[in-house]
Amino acid sequence: MIPVAFDYTKPSTVDEAVQALIAGGEDAKVISGGQSLMPVLRLRMAAPSVLVDVGGIAEMNGVSDDGDHLLIGSNTTHHDVMNNALVKQHAGLLAMTAATVADPQIRHRGTLGGSLAHADPAGDLPTAALALECVMVAQGPKGRREIAAKDFFVDYFTSALESDEVLVAIKVPKMGDGWGYHYEKFNRTAQAWATVGVAAAVKRQNGTITEARVALTNMGPSPIRASSVESALAGASASADAIAAASTSAADGTRPTSDLHATAEFREHLARVLTKRAVAQAAGV
Amino acid sequence: MTETMDVTGSAIGRPLRRKEDARLLHGQTNWTDNIQLAGTLHMAVLRSPMAHAKIAHIDVSPALERPHVVAAFSAKELGELNGAVPCVWPVTDDIQMPPFHALAVDKVRHVGDCVAVVIANTKYAAADALDAIDVDYEPLPAVIDMEAALKQGSVAVHDAADGSLGTNRCYDFPLKPTGDGSFEAAVKAAGDDAVVVKRRFINQRIIAGFMEPRAVVASPMGMSNEMTVWSATQIPHVLRVLLALVTGLPENTLRIVAPDVGGGFGGKLQLYREEVLAVQIARHLGRTVKWVETRSEDMVSSHHGRDQIQDIQIAATKDGKLIGMKVDLLANMGAYLQIITPGIPLLGMFMFPAIYKMDAYEFSCTGVFTNTTPTDAIRGAGRPEATYAIERIMDELAAELGMDPLKLREMNWIKNTEFPYTTVAGLAYDSGNYEAATERALELFGYDELRAEQEQRRASGDPVQLGLGISTFTEMCGLAPSRTLGALKYVAGGWEHCTIRALPTGKIELITGTSPHGQGHETAWSQIASSILGVPVDDIEVVHGDTGRAPYGMDTYGSRSLAVGGQAIKKAAERLVEKARIIAAHQLECSPDDLDFIQGEFRVKGDPAKAQPLAAVAFEAFTAHNLPDGVEPTLQAEATVDPNDFSYPHGTHLAAMEVDVETGKVKIRKYVAVDDCGVQVNPLIVEGQVHGGLVCGIAQALYEGVEYDSDGNLLTASLADYLIPSAADLPSFITDRTETPSTTNPLGTKGIGEAGAIASTPAIINGIVDALRPMGVTDVKMPATPENVWRAIQAAQGGAQ
Repeated sequence: MIPVAFDYTKPSTVDEAVQALIAGGEDAKVISGGQSLMPVLRLRMAAPSVLVDVGGIAEMNGVSDDGDHLLIGSNTTHHDVMNNALVKQHAGLLAMTAATVADPQIRHRGTLGGSLAHADPAGDLPTAALALECVMVAQGPKGRREIAAKDFFVDYFTSALESDEVLVAIKVPKMGDGWGYHYEKFNRTAQAWATVGVAAAVKRQNGTITEARVALTNMGPSPIRASSVESALAGASASADAIAAASTSAADGTRPTSDLHATAEFREHLARVLTKRAVAQAAGV
Repeated sequence: MTETMDVTGSAIGRPLRRKEDARLLHGQTNWTDNIQLAGTLHMAVLRSPMAHAKIAHIDVSPALERPHVVAAFSAKELGELNGAVPCVWPVTDDIQMPPFHALAVDKVRHVGDCVAVVIANTKYAAADALDAIDVDYEPLPAVIDMEAALKQGSVAVHDAADGSLGTNRCYDFPLKPTGDGSFEAAVKAAGDDAVVVKRRFINQRIIAGFMEPRAVVASPMGMSNEMTVWSATQIPHVLRVLLALVTGLPENTLRIVAPDVGGGFGGKLQLYREEVLAVQIARHLGRTVKWVETRSEDMVSSHHGRDQIQDIQIAATKDGKLIGMKVDLLANMGAYLQIITPGIPLLGMFMFPAIYKMDAYEFSCTGVFTNTTPTDAIRGAGRPEATYAIERIMDELAAELGMDPLKLREMNWIKNTEFPYTTVAGLAYDSGNYEAATERALELFGYDELRAEQEQRRASGDPVQLGLGISTFTEMCGLAPSRTLGALKYVAGGWEHCTIRALPTGKIELITGTSPHGQGHETAWSQIASSILGVPVDDIEVVHGDTGRAPYGMDTYGSRSLAVGGQAIKKAAERLVEKARIIAAHQLECSPDDLDFIQGEFRVKGDPAKAQPLAAVAFEAFTAHNLPDGVEPTLQAEATVDPNDFSYPHGTHLAAMEVDVETGKVKIRKYVAVDDCGVQVNPLIVEGQVHGGLVCGIAQALYEGVEYDSDGNLLTASLADYLIPSAADLPSFITDRTETPSTTNPLGTKGIGEAGAIASTPAIINGIVDALRPMGVTDVKMPATPENVWRAIQAAQGGAQ
């Protein structure tokens, strides 16, 4: 639990942070809340030459209303995300998911941007971002660019960010009327990572599901949309039977791993059961 | 800050808040890592990445080129200082006890085995320099599975070429009565009426998980020739003797201090190799050496516990009367024998018959070497394993006989009127009231209502099924009568010591040989002394954990501190009163017999106005101006007590378990623990011990389990993979106590530190199995993770489908 020596810099603007990353080269690493990075350093699983602490960059903080979407600064902590009135009103799924992350201490330190950039397949927030079709705003040497959530999570612990890019903010589309949502997290202890998680957002009109989005945590190298479930639900009646039938395909196209907490086979089983439960909750069934 | 009440005369039985807590909670603590001495050097340990390998070549010299490095050692450089760590419990005459050096010599035998050390000016420099050490390992096949290890032709952890016997069989311990006492004869005698249930239970390996990591500071800078050793240990006194034997340092120059110690759970009942290394290198360099382990090191190198394969048979008549039991154990020793590794399963030997009456009992245990971290004591040490097996198989027997599991227990347990009772395992239980504890537990639990709900859920096919788990346990603690230990080939005694000094200012110094690491001895011991001396609890200071200030003791483990140490306190306090009485009588000009000692003062019988408080007597003893002839100055008394017997706390634990049959996830709906630990000195501390014990036992049932891969790599190597539950995972426990005083203990007390850990594991698993029995499930692998529960359901239903 003793990290290798590293340099540390704390820029106060995004431009300075990008410059520091360029100067640091491949071995530079961004640190925000540090809740994922510090354990990795202490276990000597990584040895960056320099840590660029973006925690002092004011523009990367807070939540603002930006018309049809919310703009959430990357440094916004899980605690602030789960308690923010705008997030609760317009992107309740994100608030609900943030509340399931680890424990209160970690939620006070860990940040939304950090969690997304870390791209842990067992992370909860990437799944919510995928279901909500969030857009990541990144800044690098060539300026700013936007990356859709479906393109952002690339592989195990790998996002689409370049090594000299900073994730500045997350655009979260507002959910309109008629949507219900639920995040069903399955883990072995309250503080543990998700064995499997299911984020569901369901739009209901009268007794029918008109649109459904279902995303899965820890069912492959990155969060994945359960598209066959989504198609089966579109136009289906909002009933327990219809939801159960649609959920049987939840594991289709997934590539879960086997580890100490569950085998791939059990994860596939869980994906089906938890999808059924998450969608039912989201649809108010 | 403390809210201890100023009470006298009746301090026993009061739920006083702990004296030590304000300091601990405010961070004003003195952990071993907080010991900062000028010029301290830091040690880092290079550990084997392989479970079994020959060290073909090792060169530590490149590490010396690294910045701030002062020295580096492998076994070769350490030479004669590379002491062998002893095992003090050779359980049989022909036990195989291979050498266990502080640094591995020629071979490594488990992942985490100590290979070399670097000594540097900072802990960072020491850690950085480890990767400069050049080691060539020639991998050897590793043996992890106990049954594979015993097969003919298995690779030997200690092979013949190393001078060992070349077998992984460490020892065979048989307890085999002949003739009518044998299991076979008893079953045969019962004829057609005999029902035999046979099960194999796996009691998985666990890690102690103390919050403060192991740490040691060895300083040869003490006064005169003193080597002072601060260690995060449960056993400073035992450590002093063992370190003297291992290092050759004269015992009278060794001072061991266990400062604030942040939990142990048996994991710090050990002489660790790193302690030997720190002392030897400090001595060699003439400098202070400090080592603090990382959590990653702790997982591979602090001893593990449990890890038994239990084949158990129980026989009863068709109407449920127990006939006998046969137990055959395989016990995993790991790669080496540590301080009491081989003895742990034998503590369990006594406990398999538990609270039940039967006429036949057979037991055997084979200790097995494997390429894994050594095992040793963890909370309960042998008794949780035994209790798990007996309480699990009682449920299986009940199911086989079609009886209510509680009725079966009631029918066979020792009745309250039958004490003292000698069990088939040879223990003489002095007292107990299983009826009272069970009645109270049922009342708190709502057994009948829950059974009704269970029926309802079964009938409706609810995806969440309900099961009721029972554990009517007892245990043996208060280690131990020295003669008994001797008969079991344990090389030390089980006595305890106390010295009490009445100081001239009226304050009391209570010196104990117990060594608390979270138990609250400072408060509880003050209460015992206060009740006898009539001195306020806050005027008593408990001194412990420093062989310089508390030279005699056998330390803290096995729920012994109150059960044995408490007796020494009582005796020393009573002796102090008798000494003081003579001085008081002289002052008050009466005969000692004419004095009452009430509320801390000596009063002349019939003339209570004539009185002298203890503090005044202490001052007289200090000035010595007017002492009776033949009485020496100063007022102090000491006592060293060897207990008459073990103590046998018991209780009834009931768990209502909800099992989600779709996901396998279980939830503790309700947990009732009614414990009987005899007289409670401080019920608040007892409550804390019960809660902590419950969590430990429940953790084994549901969350914790060490996993190795087939090459011997520890898979559960961090707390992300080895799951320790928190308060968020557990219900509010419903607890109560019945109080059946021990008749062999002058205070009437029994142990409580391990009871919860011993009782709860089977209660939880019995509850899960009870929920799933209609689906055909008869066992669930521990820890009962969602997948293990789900697979048990799948396997049971596989046949039906």
